[in-house]
Amino acid sequence: MYQTIYHRASSVDEAASLFAKGSEAKFLAGGQTLLPVMKQRLAAPSDVIDLGKIKELIGIEASGDTLTIKAATPHYDVATSDTAKKAIPALAYLASLIGDPAVRYRGTIGGSLANNDPAADYPAATLALGATIKTNKRTIAADDYFKGLFSTALEDGEIITQVSFPVPAKAGYAKFPHPASRFALTGVFVAQTKSGEIRVAATGASQSGVMRVPAIEAALKANWSPSAIDSVSISASGLLSDIHGSSDYRANLVKVMAQRAVAAAA
Amino acid sequence: MSKVKLTVNGKAVAVDVEDRTLLVHLLRDHLNLTGTHVGCDTSQCGACVVHMDGRAVKSCTMLAGQADGANVTTIEGIAKGDELHPMQAAFRDNHGLQCGYCTPGMIMSAIDIVQRHGGQLDEATVRHELEGNICRCTGYHNIVKAVLDAAGRMKVAQAAE
Repeated sequence: MYQTIYHRASSVDEAASLFAKGSEAKFLAGGQTLLPVMKQRLAAPSDVIDLGKIKELIGIEASGDTLTIKAATPHYDVATSDTAKKAIPALAYLASLIGDPAVRYRGTIGGSLANNDPAADYPAATLALGATIKTNKRTIAADDYFKGLFSTALEDGEIITQVSFPVPAKAGYAKFPHPASRFALTGVFVAQTKSGEIRVAATGASQSGVMRVPAIEAALKANWSPSAIDSVSISASGLLSDIHGSSDYRANLVKVMAQRAVAAAA
Repeated sequence: MSKVKLTVNGKAVAVDVEDRTLLVHLLRDHLNLTGTHVGCDTSQCGACVVHMDGRAVKSCTMLAGQADGANVTTIEGIAKGDELHPMQAAFRDNHGLQCGYCTPGMIMSAIDIVQRHGGQLDEATVRHELEGNICRCTGYHNIVKAVLDAAGRMKVAQAAE
């Protein structure tokens, strides 16, 4: 790892001002992606600003029809939170599938969304549930947030503070994990909103990161059942293809994971 | 350089380290606690697992500075004098190790698993929850046996306290 200067911020404002002072600063949340990347010398931030201990960034709250998860809340806390399990069980389940137990103790929802790995789990739930991402500067709708591989609507120095998920009528998640990394070879989150809208998002499949799947949304709109997806055809064009799975294989996984997610939806 | 203050195995320490120092290197190189191993250095193998504030974390994927103020327990800190921790004893009795390289991380993760699940552990859960710890010798069979055995012993030990 190259030299860097570590700062522990005690508030969001302090973190933002430390960032502004650094020449090439980066925010550190759980560090489960940034630190491995720094160890490989693929990133060399002048300053690392730790958000992990900022009290206002940790916690899970439900009020009315909204579940709010603050940005530095670790995956383990989401997976085991009674509040999260009661409001959106599929979201707590998704959190329980990320990485391994030691990674889930450290990794955070804000870090996952800021990084926007094309095979990360949280982007699928965030997009399918139509969540709202709040930062220290503004709120961003999930539909406007994801901008492709590892890229988001966040501006330089902008900090995610919390993510608000509308509680759906029904939602489910199914993932085919890479057997070593546990990243999604493909994961699909299906949601039926309380107003009856159907939203489906797939992660791990597309070359441009998380994506909506309109063909499956239309099929589920007509008939909310796994069998409704039987006749849907997913194009392999634009899907990832690597040693772990071809784009055709992933196109099929999108269907199969969507069917499993519908079957599991609660 | 920064001064990192933390509690390691019950003892308060203050160490001057470069900001880029990983927690595992603070433990190994500065405190000479070499029981915690660096295996893959890519957050996958779990040989570096220690407990920080009661949670099993990969010490190769944390800066030392992130542990400032924390309470860290390593493999050296779990036995009571000459009396092995029930998890260590179970690994020995069940032949849960061969070369031993992954063992410190396995044991620290396994204790965390038992603490989280209490008496509800079954083989499938142990295998699933050990997915962040890689062993190249044993085929995991005796490791899983040891964890299940230790879960029983830890329950008995807890009841006795």
